[in-house]
Amino acid sequence: MDTWMKIASAAIMGFMVWRLWPVANHWMKNGPKGSKKDWQGAILPLLAMVGFVILLILMVRK
Amino acid sequence: MDNYGQVASSRDSALATNKVLRNTYTLLSMSLIFSAVMAAVSISIGVSQGMALGAMIAAIVLVWFVLPKFENSSMGIAVVFAFTGLMGLSLGPMLGYYLAVPGGGEIVMTALGGTGVIFLGLSGYALTTRKDFSFMGGFLFVGLLVVFGFSIVNIFTQIPAMSLAISAGVILIMSGLILFDTSRIIHGGETNYIRATVSLYLNIHNIFVHLLHLLGAFSGDD
Repeated sequence: MDTWMKIASAAIMGFMVWRLWPVANHWMKNGPKGSKKDWQGAILPLLAMVGFVILLILMVRK
Repeated sequence: MDNYGQVASSRDSALATNKVLRNTYTLLSMSLIFSAVMAAVSISIGVSQGMALGAMIAAIVLVWFVLPKFENSSMGIAVVFAFTGLMGLSLGPMLGYYLAVPGGGEIVMTALGGTGVIFLGLSGYALTTRKDFSFMGGFLFVGLLVVFGFSIVNIFTQIPAMSLAISAGVILIMSGLILFDTSRIIHGGETNYIRATVSLYLNIHNIFVHLLHLLGAFSGDD
């Protein structure tokens, strides 16, 4: 990757961080807090997704 | 009479939610098809990395600065198509690279199918369980900031292991955001189908790009 493309890519990422910062801050301060049961309900499908991605990696692995 | 009023209000709310959901999935499927067509055009005309970066910058400008002005009018749909078309165009060089290597077509199709299964599975889970995943907001947005921070560092350091860890992190966060965004539509947190479409499109786009990166790396072609 050319140096100018690296700088442009980093600038885009930096801009996204700058735009996302207040959103993240708002959700951290004002967002609802989940109970242990809520988190279990979210972690189960995410674990299934991780298992699926591992399966895909094993499928394409030579 | 009060009970009748509550039932009617609840029914109206459910109808409005279903309308947002239906419009979101319709616009999302059309914009994904358009994005795929633009990606194919990008490969066939041989869009360079510089042009792809330019298309991505134009897409970001559209979504951050233009879309908020038109998100409540029919012009918003045109902006969504312009945005998803540019995002599709930006995929050209990466897809061209993978398709040129032996077995690359299989990797691209696996990433595409895998992304579809992940999206349908997680969105279906949120729709059928009707759980409220808004409590994940803080965790997901902070996670996104952390991943962006590491991505900036890795643009200059180019550490392969960090690149793979970033891809794994992005897939995990975008998957969480699918649950989060879908549950926001169901529970009335998101009532604008144009905004909802863009959010879900970005989740799918990022999962596809980073799944392709992971599969390419582990197949030995990256």
